Amino acid sequence: MIKIKSNIAISDSGFIFNPANGESFSANPIGIEFFNFIKQGKPQEDIFENMLEKYNTDKNTLEKDYSDFVQTLNQFQLLDQDAEKEA
Amino acid sequence: MQKRKLNIAVTGLNAIDSPGPGVAVIRALREANSFDVRIIGLAYESLEPGIYMHQLVDKTYQIPYPTAGIETLLARLEYIQSQENLDVIIPNFDAELYSFIKLSPKLKKMGINTFLPTIEQFEERQKINLPEFGEKYDIRVPHSTAIYNIREIYGQASEFSYPLLVKGKYYDASVAYNADQMKTYFNKISAKWGLPIIIQEFIHGTEYNTTGLGDGKGNTYASFPMRKQYITDKGKAWGGISIADKKLLELTESFISSTKWRGVFELEFMKNQKNEFYLLEINPRIPAWIYLAVGVGQNIPEGLVNLAMGNKIKPFKEYKVGKMFIRYAYDMIVDISEFEQISTYGEL
Repeated sequence: MIKIKSNIAISDSGFIFNPANGESFSANPIGIEFFNFIKQGKPQEDIFENMLEKYNTDKNTLEKDYSDFVQTLNQFQLLDQDAEKEA
Repeated sequence: MQKRKLNIAVTGLNAIDSPGPGVAVIRALREANSFDVRIIGLAYESLEPGIYMHQLVDKTYQIPYPTAGIETLLARLEYIQSQENLDVIIPNFDAELYSFIKLSPKLKKMGINTFLPTIEQFEERQKINLPEFGEKYDIRVPHSTAIYNIREIYGQASEFSYPLLVKGKYYDASVAYNADQMKTYFNKISAKWGLPIIIQEFIHGTEYNTTGLGDGKGNTYASFPMRKQYITDKGKAWGGISIADKKLLELTESFISSTKWRGVFELEFMKNQKNEFYLLEINPRIPAWIYLAVGVGQNIPEGLVNLAMGNKIKPFKEYKVGKMFIRYAYDMIVDISEFEQISTYGEL
């Protein structure tokens, strides 16, 4: 299961701060929703269901966007690697 | 209760693009909770900006360059002491530290307190001794070697790969991508800072710094890490942020406990792609970004003064993460008469 590091937080405006290395990022509104769902520990299928209900998009597009977002989180070292290994 | 007023002399008033720490130190001292201050600036050049910052510096005296010798410096300090009754001196340049460390027993007799590293600590952490330092204290350091002659450059080809760093004994570092550039930087830096020149492996990564205060017995009074966010073409931090990196804190505390560091220091690290920290430099003095220490809740210059005065202080155990400093340049308007005063009489 994908897990965001416990010390990473996001503000209402989408500002993400990593206190361990001082790096900061900005997420767009969809990114904020993805981030918060992941942070809450929501299963991927629930995230998709929720987003498909809310937005006028198809599952393929949503899955691609979600996958891109998760890859970006990983690239910026915002994911808890230990949690991923355990999963 | 009225706080005691201390007369504190501070060097490093050159608040320029590669700034001395003096002005930041003074700002921290003026925000100290445990004492009030009268600040005496000690300047080498008559255009050091801090001289003219009268809201921060009460009086400035010119002092002789270290090359003039220890006795000349002592004579000047004796005169200043007769005028100002100093309680503490905080030297802020690497190049002047040797003289001040050597003079500290005499200064103490004159009533002037310091809290500086020992000569052994000062020498051991010299850039030219970094490989031995890393081995002795089990700290990862980049491969480096000191050279005294430009002809030695050609012998480095087998030891290093390009790019590499060409560094001065005290200051300056340039990245060289070939032997021609190495020669150019060797000449340029050695002309300014003398020999040897240090050739150092270039570590690709992100720069992190820590600062702290050790009591000389292995105990940590303060320490926190900072990541440079905005770096000038001279490699100086123009912006930075306090971070919560446990590994950096561990490395810093291990440095203090193993060396029994006395006084303030700055450690410069590079984190490579494998998340390994390399210790690049140990600066045996307060860093120019020390005002961030006040921002994170650890007034390190105040702690330093208290240790110099023999006062007991509580170690700082916490600091605020996510506090940033952003440096700025500021044009002051100064009358020529002030410049005349410091240039002619050596006092303002």
